[in-house]
Amino acid sequence: MTLLRGRGYASVNYPTGMNLGGDPSQALIHATTMGGFVISLSSVDLGQGLKTVVAQCAAETLGMPMANVIVDTADTDTGPHCMGTFASRGTHRIGNAVIMAAREARDVMLAVAAEELEADADDLETDGTGFVRLKGSPETKIHIQDVTLAAHFKQGRTISGRGIYLKERNYPVPETGEMDPDSCQAHACTVAEVEVDDETGVATVLSLHNAYEVGRALNPAMAAQQVEGGGWMGVSHAVFESTEPYYPASRDHGPVDFCEYLMPGPAEIPVQSSVILERPASNGPFGAKGIGEMTANAPIPAIANAIFDACGVRLTTMPFTPESILRGLDALRA
Amino acid sequence: MPRVNPIDTEYFKDERKAGDFTVIGTTVQRSDALGHVTGRTEFFEDRTFPDLAHVKIHRSAHHHARIDSVDCSEALKVPGVLRVITHRDVPSNWYVVLRLIGIEPNDEPVLAEDRVLYKGEPIVAVVADSEAAAIEGAARVRVGYTELPAVFDVEEALAPDAPVIKQAGTNYFVYEGHHARRLRFGDVERGFAQSDRIFEWRYSSAPIEHAPTETTGCIVVPQSSGRLLIHSNTQAAFFTLDNTALILDRPFTDLQVKGGTVGGGFGGKVDVMVEPLACIAATLTNRPVKFVYTREEEMQVSSPRAAERIYIKDGVTNDGRILARKVMLYVDAGAYSRHSPYGTTKACAHLPGPYTIPNVYADCHCVYTNRTPSSAMRGFGVTIADFALESQMDRIARALDLDPLQFRLRNAYRDGDLKAHRKVAEGTALIEVIQRAAALVGHELPDEYLALTSTTPRGEKA
Repeated sequence: MTLLRGRGYASVNYPTGMNLGGDPSQALIHATTMGGFVISLSSVDLGQGLKTVVAQCAAETLGMPMANVIVDTADTDTGPHCMGTFASRGTHRIGNAVIMAAREARDVMLAVAAEELEADADDLETDGTGFVRLKGSPETKIHIQDVTLAAHFKQGRTISGRGIYLKERNYPVPETGEMDPDSCQAHACTVAEVEVDDETGVATVLSLHNAYEVGRALNPAMAAQQVEGGGWMGVSHAVFESTEPYYPASRDHGPVDFCEYLMPGPAEIPVQSSVILERPASNGPFGAKGIGEMTANAPIPAIANAIFDACGVRLTTMPFTPESILRGLDALRA
Repeated sequence: MPRVNPIDTEYFKDERKAGDFTVIGTTVQRSDALGHVTGRTEFFEDRTFPDLAHVKIHRSAHHHARIDSVDCSEALKVPGVLRVITHRDVPSNWYVVLRLIGIEPNDEPVLAEDRVLYKGEPIVAVVADSEAAAIEGAARVRVGYTELPAVFDVEEALAPDAPVIKQAGTNYFVYEGHHARRLRFGDVERGFAQSDRIFEWRYSSAPIEHAPTETTGCIVVPQSSGRLLIHSNTQAAFFTLDNTALILDRPFTDLQVKGGTVGGGFGGKVDVMVEPLACIAATLTNRPVKFVYTREEEMQVSSPRAAERIYIKDGVTNDGRILARKVMLYVDAGAYSRHSPYGTTKACAHLPGPYTIPNVYADCHCVYTNRTPSSAMRGFGVTIADFALESQMDRIARALDLDPLQFRLRNAYRDGDLKAHRKVAEGTALIEVIQRAAALVGHELPDEYLALTSTTPRGEKA
């Protein structure tokens, strides 16, 4: 038995947003009496952190602390339309819609504060800690609680805003495929290191090293988690998973549970290192691009290329099973 | 392990610096993290309702068959069974979820009528007081079949002598009169003629399950107002609402979808598979109804990631410039369209990968077979294509004895390049991620390759 080590590379890009566009999302925002800002959406957070990053977008735009932002989402009676959470569109589409809504609300907030401070709204700024203050004269300030109380009970105004993001639908030219499919493209290069057991055919992914360009990492730790969680899925696609193990030859032997449908457990998780580059997209929320889906992509060919580097077997069918590696080794020895 | 800031601020300094942020770019804790790790997050199935009824499905035993008879009499005798639902109970039985963006035709029945096109296709839904009674009832439905010839391979399905399995008359989705989504850029044959070497290989993949921790499901609760409240783990609340209302043939305002907590989606929860039947069951019984997939249904009946077959032919110069790329791509949609016509166009938009190639030709086929319908899954149209494209790049680099990263850098697209679908590239950064990944693993690159940037024009004639 020999353990053969190899390294493989893959570089990819990935489009942000529903292919060809035509996928709007909306946001509404309103202030409560005591300085809260409620963002109403119908968008779904799949666990990737959508609610967190759109709250960050709102807080940044309003100039208010995160603690003042409340996200109320995924109810079609209370939230305005969202196309859905797919196509790496959530951060981009909903982030943009939230920023637009928050800008409108901020304008009203500053107008209300201006009346209280007897100043011009253009001369006001937020300090990020909950105060609206006079530029150049920071002691002239009013807390957001007093602003929203005044709006409700004194000035009779709603501090609110509406936002929508739509990339207009594009239609491909049938003859040539000419089209405008995406809002922007994110980029990745992954280096995989594997170890192949030439007796069992098992390929173990030892490490993934990832460099991603994501426009702007609105939340750096969550962006890195996307990269590494998707990296795990890429490993799983590459060397473990299939609902039809003998596709297309046979429809039999389909797994029905996690005893038969294999995925990497804790012992099979590779070491990962990840670096993020930022080249802000002109149409992204603070420049952000979508990286939700792409993070499973580069690891797969990087692993295929690393297996070849390790043992000389070129695998052209996913997944890369021990059987396929052993058959490849047999063919090399023949 | 302490987490260091992953952002390398040395790249694109001029473009980055515009931001003077307080919250953006900081690591704020994920808002639902504590709920998830302490078990307090409420998923749709955590809701309990008195008189909750359950739906289970009797499914096709054959890959392709005519249905001669359906007998539900034994199912109705099972204690606790409340109703059986057949296609006659579905107001608008034929649908395609993508009709919301104008895709035609409606090619799939909610419940099979006179034919089944895949093993596991739903034929009868059984509603019962308990899950056990629903399972027993579904098992007692008797269906008589006449088996028909089945097609299991994408290229066999396109052969002239293949049995036509689709009502529309072709085993492929028709793209504005064409049998495939086409890409035509430059003159690929001339490009091959100008090349020193030609490399042509085939790649393929098996179907893959989304494997969410929480299986697809919903609970529908009739409201005193006459509306239906749908607690769902859908990835797209309005997409589910609109498709469900169309199938129910009811006003859209009759429905309310509440969701937003999803135990894993990955594209598997945008097919609208459970809500319509649960709504019909709730309406017919006037009781809250739960319809949730078992793990077996999730793995063997719900849409997988499509299997794909991809042929790539490249013409390359000896010094590593790709002059022409021809791609024949086949997506195995299985028996019904679902999201596959969209995914196949997305595949076409992705070609020829992140490289500037002056001559590109592609036919991307969305092919129907008698397999479990495939559909949306994380990166579909791109994930398998990237496996093929980047395997191809590695093989060519080795065949030409070139460094694999230098070969990629040589062909990497840059700002201002015209892509094969005739959009001018902007905001590109492939060169930089390759350079950074090389540094990450100590892969040395010559100075001329370290000096490349995405913002420097390519400086060569197309």
